[in-house]
Amino acid sequence: MGPNLWINYGEAVAAILFCIGFTNLLLQTNLIKKIIGLNIMDSAIYLFLAEKGYIAGRTAPIVTDGITSVEAYINPIPSGLVLTGIVVSVSVSALMLSLTIRLYIRYHSLDLDEIAAQLKKEGR
Amino acid sequence: MDFVCNFPFFSILISLFSGTICSVLPEKAAKAVNRIVIAAVGVMSGILLLYLLGTGESFVYWMGHFPAPWGNEIRAGILEAGMALFFCIIMYLSMAGGAHKLFDEVEESKHNLYYILINLLLSSLLALVYTNDMFTAYVFVEINTISACGLIMIRQVGRTIEAAVRYMIMSLLGSGLFLFGLCIMYDLTGHLLMSNIKESVALLIQSGEYQIPLIVSVALMCIGLCIKSALFPFHAWLPDAYGYSTVSSAAILSSLVSKGYIFLLIKIIYRVIGFEIFNNTRIIDVLFVFGLLGMIFGSLSAIKENDIRRMIAYSSVAQIGYIYMGFGMGTQAGMVASVFHILSHAATKSLLFIAAIGLTEVSGGSRKFIDLTGAGYRNKWAGVAFTAGSLSMVGVPLFSGFISKLLFAQAAVQVEGKMLAALIVLGISTVLNAIYFMKTVIRIYATTGDTSYPCITFKDMKVHAIVLLFFIVLNIILGVSSQPIVNMIEQGLAMFA
Repeated sequence: MGPNLWINYGEAVAAILFCIGFTNLLLQTNLIKKIIGLNIMDSAIYLFLAEKGYIAGRTAPIVTDGITSVEAYINPIPSGLVLTGIVVSVSVSALMLSLTIRLYIRYHSLDLDEIAAQLKKEGR
Repeated sequence: MDFVCNFPFFSILISLFSGTICSVLPEKAAKAVNRIVIAAVGVMSGILLLYLLGTGESFVYWMGHFPAPWGNEIRAGILEAGMALFFCIIMYLSMAGGAHKLFDEVEESKHNLYYILINLLLSSLLALVYTNDMFTAYVFVEINTISACGLIMIRQVGRTIEAAVRYMIMSLLGSGLFLFGLCIMYDLTGHLLMSNIKESVALLIQSGEYQIPLIVSVALMCIGLCIKSALFPFHAWLPDAYGYSTVSSAAILSSLVSKGYIFLLIKIIYRVIGFEIFNNTRIIDVLFVFGLLGMIFGSLSAIKENDIRRMIAYSSVAQIGYIYMGFGMGTQAGMVASVFHILSHAATKSLLFIAAIGLTEVSGGSRKFIDLTGAGYRNKWAGVAFTAGSLSMVGVPLFSGFISKLLFAQAAVQVEGKMLAALIVLGISTVLNAIYFMKTVIRIYATTGDTSYPCITFKDMKVHAIVLLFFIVLNIILGVSSQPIVNMIEQGLAMFA
C-alpha cells in the first residue's frame, strides 16, 4: 500500500480534500462555509478524475499536426465528465446561494442553528 | 426494432421539453400541458409494459449512433416500464388531489414554475428508471434533487426555506459520495455503461485484484443513495421537508423522489455490481441493521409527534427502513418484497398526505391532534380515506401493506442468522405503527370534538374525493391481486441479470 500511495499522490490528495470538503459541508453551521465546503468537495472529485485521466507524455486529443496514432493522446472522456460535473456543481452552488440569501433576508443570520432557534420561537 | 421501443426516449423527452414550454404559457394552459404530459407518459409506459410482457425480453436502445462501449444507452424491461407507469399514476393523482391547496399556499405568479418543476422531476425520474449509463444517472440524480428542492420551497415561508436548505445539504453530501464512488468504479473498470461495468467487475472479482477499492466504491455509492433516500440516521431533513411543503409536493416527495433513488440502487446492485457479488460483501449487513433501526426509531419519533403531517413524514422513515431491510436480507425473496413495498408505500403514503389535508381543512387549518378531534365526521371522505391508509400502513389484510409485510416475513424465514432479528423487529414495528395510526384514527372519529368548524360535503370537494377514491382502489388492487404483480416483479428482476 505504501509505495502505491506515493505513486498516486494526486489521488490521495484528492481523497483528503474530498474529506475536508465533506466534513465542512456536514458540520459547519455557517451557510457560506457550508457552500465553500461543497465546492471543495466537488473540486476534489474533479481533481481525482483529471489525475486519473492524464497519462504522462500524451496530449489532449485534438489532431493538429497529422498524428492520428492512439498512443499520442489521452482519453477525452474523463475530461468530458469533469466538464459535466462542473456544470452540475455550478448550478447547485447557485441554488444554495439563492436559498442562503432568502434565509438571510428573513432572519438576518447565516447561522443555521440560530435560524432554527428563531423558527422554533415563531412556532409555525 | 418496433416503434414501441422509442417510447422510453419519447417519455423522457416530452416531459423535459414540456417543462420549458410551461414557462411561457398562461397558467391554465400550463396546468393542462402538465396533466396531459403526465397522462401521456403513463399511457406510453402502459403500452410499453404490455409490449414487454408480450415479448418477455428487455431491450437496449441506443442514444445516438454509437454502439455499446462508446454510446449512451436506454434500457427497458418489465420492471422499468411498470415502475414508470406506477410513478405516473401516483404523480397524476397527487397533482389532482393537491391542486386546490396549491392555489392557497403558493403565490399566483409562481404557479407556472410549479408545473415546470413537476415536469422536470418526472423526466429525471424516468431517466433514472430507464438509463443504462452511470454518469447519466448521476446527472439526473442532481436534476431530481434540484427540482425536489424547488418543490419544497415553492411555498415561501421560513420553515420551508430552512427545510429546503437542509434537504439540499444532505442531498449534496449524498450525491458527492455517489459521484466519488462512481469515479472510483470508472477508474477500476474503464466503463460507464452498466452492462460493461458488470463484465469488468466479474473479471476483477475472479482475478482477485483491487478488491478493496471495489468494495469502497460500492460502499460509497450505496451510502450516497441511502442518504438521498433518507435511511434512518440521515433522515433529519425529512419531517420539515414533508411536513411544511404544499401537499402535492409532500405526496410526490415521499412516494416518488426517494423511491427513484432506491430504484437506482436496485439497478446498481443488479446491473452494475451483480447480485451475488453484492451479497457477498458486508454492505448488506450494514443496510440490514440500519433498516431495522429505522423501522423502530422512525415509528418512535412518529408516536411522539403532535402534528399530523410530521407524523406521516416520520412514518416514511420507518417504511424506508423496511425497504432497506429487504435489501439487507440478500435473497431474491427479500428484494421482491422490497420492490413490492416501494409500490405499496408510494400508494399509501400519498393517500395519507392527501387525506390529511382534507382533515386539516375542516379543523381551521390546524394540524395539531387536539384540533383534529372529530374531523372524520366533518369531512367524511377524507376520514374514510385516512382510515383506509392507516389500515394499509398497519398491515390489515385486503390492503397493500399486509402483502408487503407478508412478503417480508416470508423472505425473512428463508434467511439464516437474520430471521429472528427481522421477524422480531417486524412485529415491534407493526405494533408501533398500529399505536400511532390507530391513535389518529380514533381521534378523528371521537365525538368530543369542537363542533364550531364547518363541515365539508362531497359537493365542495369533488376532485379531492374522487382522487382519494382512486388511491383507495389502487391500494386494494395492490392488496387483493398481489400475485400477478409479484410475478411481474420477479420477471422484471430476472430481466435485470
